[in-house]
Amino acid sequence: MSILSKIFTAIKGGANEVGEGIVDANAIRIFEQEIREAKSNLGNAKQELTNIMAKKMSVDREIEQINKDIAQYESAAISALNKGEEALAVEVAEKLATLENDLTIKQQASLTFKNHVARVKDIMKKSERKIADHERELMMVKTTESVHKATRSISDNFGAGATKLVNAKESLERIKAKQQGFEDRMVAAEQLETESSSDSLDSKLRDAGITENNQAKDDILARLRDKANK
Amino acid sequence: MSQLETLIKAVSNVDEEARQGFEFDFQPLSGDVDVVQVTIKDREELPLYITHSDSQLLCICYLWDESQVNVAKRADMLDAMLRLNMPMPLSSFGIVQNEERGDQYAVFGAMSLSATAEDVALELATLSDNALDAIDVMSPYLN
Repeated sequence: MSILSKIFTAIKGGANEVGEGIVDANAIRIFEQEIREAKSNLGNAKQELTNIMAKKMSVDREIEQINKDIAQYESAAISALNKGEEALAVEVAEKLATLENDLTIKQQASLTFKNHVARVKDIMKKSERKIADHERELMMVKTTESVHKATRSISDNFGAGATKLVNAKESLERIKAKQQGFEDRMVAAEQLETESSSDSLDSKLRDAGITENNQAKDDILARLRDKANK
Repeated sequence: MSQLETLIKAVSNVDEEARQGFEFDFQPLSGDVDVVQVTIKDREELPLYITHSDSQLLCICYLWDESQVNVAKRADMLDAMLRLNMPMPLSSFGIVQNEERGDQYAVFGAMSLSATAEDVALELATLSDNALDAIDVMSPYLN
């Protein structure tokens, strides 16, 4: 059973009573231990891989040398034959036989190492994937635990009185009202700003004796003077 | 100082643009795990909570509990939540079980533990907006 379905079963079953984990703590410890072991195995495998690759490189170097030797002895044998040194040619041929035998053995060894490397690499890839998978699963369990514990802390902090969440719609309405209040205040502030700036303009005009009011006052005064003089 | 407190301190110092103009107030809560309550000015009714596990940071906003769901419309509501899950930026819907309060519906965002203060600030701002939108959209299914 996958970890996710275990978590789901635990949650659905209401297993998370106070003080009890979603997945039992011992299971988590075992799981963590498995991951640690898998990582340690992976480390060993890497070490093994290094050794095998080193051995293969060494054998390959030997093969290269044997091939060179064979080429050298073959040309020596031909020279001997050309010079009619039959006995010497036979001796060289014997040496060549030994070298070729050696070559076959070394080539076999190289091939074995090559297969071994491929196998170890394959195992490593699989175990890396397994570790990643286990870690992801562990993350799911731990996150479930964290959320559960956090939720408990939160409700504990609000005491027994707050057994229920505040009604969501009412909360939204209150926030919207605050938002509306804020916007209203902004609009009011803007209006006030406009008004006070026009006020100050008027007063500046009045001070300069340019506004219509001043003009009207002067006209009225002139009219009254006219009447008085009559 | 815990890792979470260090992060919160950094988040409270990010500039106004990174906070999307919101004013956050952080209040650590006592309990088994590190939890910090985040209150946003003028949105005090919908606090956010930050907590963390070994691998990730979680920002949660609890929306409503099962008692607020209109029973006859419950299936429709769940359907709507699943459909809105993907379009909703940075957050997802979830249900958290609580032994005292019963099932609680929530929106949450998960982040890497290496998230920057600016990332967390954006997450919180977005989560709060998403929570308000979610209640607005889901109102017809609620009591």
